[in-house]
Amino acid sequence: MSTRTIGDLAAFVTSKNAGPFLLTLDVVFPDEPTYRAFKALRVLDPVVIAGLYGIAADDVLKVVEFDPAYAIKVTIRRPLGSGAVGETDVYGAQQHVPLMQLAVPWPSK
Amino acid sequence: MRSMTILAPEGMLGYGIPARSLEEGLKRDPAALAVDAGSTDPGPYYLGAGVPFTNRRAVKRDLTMMLEAAVERRIPALVGSAGGSGGRPHLEWMLDVYREIARERKWRLRTAAIPADVDPAWLKARIADGKVRPLDLTTPLTADEVDRSVRIVAQMGLAPLVRALELDVDVVIAGRACDAAVIGAVPIRAGFDPALVIHMGKILECGGAAAYPRHGSDSLLGTVDDESFTVEPPNPDKVCTVASVAAHSLYERADPYVLHLPEGAIDLRRTRFEQATPRAVRVTGTRFVAAERCTLKLEGVRRVGARTITVAGVRDPILVSQLDPWLANVRERVEDVYGTAGYRLLFHVYGRNGVMGPLEPLKQTQAHELGVVIEVVADDAESSAAILALARSAALHATYPGRKAIAGNLAFPFSPSDLRAGEVYEFNVHHLVEVDDPLELFPIKVFET
Repeated sequence: MSTRTIGDLAAFVTSKNAGPFLLTLDVVFPDEPTYRAFKALRVLDPVVIAGLYGIAADDVLKVVEFDPAYAIKVTIRRPLGSGAVGETDVYGAQQHVPLMQLAVPWPSK
Repeated sequence: MRSMTILAPEGMLGYGIPARSLEEGLKRDPAALAVDAGSTDPGPYYLGAGVPFTNRRAVKRDLTMMLEAAVERRIPALVGSAGGSGGRPHLEWMLDVYREIARERKWRLRTAAIPADVDPAWLKARIADGKVRPLDLTTPLTADEVDRSVRIVAQMGLAPLVRALELDVDVVIAGRACDAAVIGAVPIRAGFDPALVIHMGKILECGGAAAYPRHGSDSLLGTVDDESFTVEPPNPDKVCTVASVAAHSLYERADPYVLHLPEGAIDLRRTRFEQATPRAVRVTGTRFVAAERCTLKLEGVRRVGARTITVAGVRDPILVSQLDPWLANVRERVEDVYGTAGYRLLFHVYGRNGVMGPLEPLKQTQAHELGVVIEVVADDAESSAAILALARSAALHATYPGRKAIAGNLAFPFSPSDLRAGEVYEFNVHHLVEVDDPLELFPIKVFET
């Protein structure tokens, strides 16, 4: 069994504010087989996400599968409200990389 | 079976309506043109300062295109979250643009303006009655926090927009509003199923974003009937696919299955998306759950101070290797003069963790040069400029072990180096308030241009 990153497998990996106090990460797969195979791995849970971002598992509010879009959505609390002093990314649009670079076990072709 | 088509000319008024998309969309005989003009995404400054985040000339161009189409066809035009944040100064700014267009074209338009401002005294009474609760936050709203707020708005739902349409107006310009309600008001008034209308509105509010290829500002058509709704891009170079439309349900939302409006929520757990034509997607099965009590979302900001920044770069590898002790030294020099209270001094180090801050998992930079943005936020603009000036000169000249480049530590791209960045605000109200009447807070004002 080899490994692939989520970025290798997904069509899109995005981050964006969901309101001023939450950040939502979307992983959208290109097709149903890839999505089903990824879901079956059960690799994304609050503890894993917390580890990727160095936050408490309590601050990972949701990991939701959304079958109609072949997508998995992760929502975390922002370290600060959007635009508060100390902000680094007002729109939250560049916070996806740790998730995108997560390596998961994946059969080689 | 009856049906109704709505055209959303773009996802954000002022981002550029493509003329061809509008023209193609109008061929489908829409019953209304509706557009969202707001967001909290650009941050707290715009609500606090009372200014738009879009450009006036760009907004005037887009609004003119939209109104020309509406006037010619005698169909209503609706704009929601006017001026970006949808507060009083934002609404007035949008109405000023609107009146200017009407004056230039000599249009006589019956118009409804709907403010969305929250009176602090009213809100404090609701807090005292236990009718306010936090949303995505853990802190309850207090009367003191309301007093500290510069401005608070509430997102209106469908009711104020539908009521405005009942007053037989040509144009509705609303303050802060749920985007789906702005798009959905006309079909709701015509009696279509709220589940389908709200869901369609939520997809149309971002304009062409629910179509592929997803680039540029663009239009989207939505047609609702008694069983389903269908979305399709008027731009012939784009298509709606099940994937593009379904994925849009994820956008900027914590939960893709539920979307709340003041009057109730839609539930997508049984929603089905099907490819109706190679370019259109049909949606069925979305349900509506009416709210037991009408609940409005509040948005407010408080002033934090005034900001001055400088932008600089570090190329010297000896300094790059010991950046933190050097920054600590700079901070000490500033504290020697100004103490530790009454201001915030921040260093944004690009090439290290400038983008992700505390969320950055890579602790060691691999970069051969670093960007350093020095930021000071103080109570007033003069203090922030003075403290930043000291931080900048200390950073330029502070020594460090093994220093060879004794003439200066920083490369500045700009002269002047210090940039006054204006007032600083932060979101302090992001709560829900229960109201007895969905029209409460939203006084509709009708006038003729």
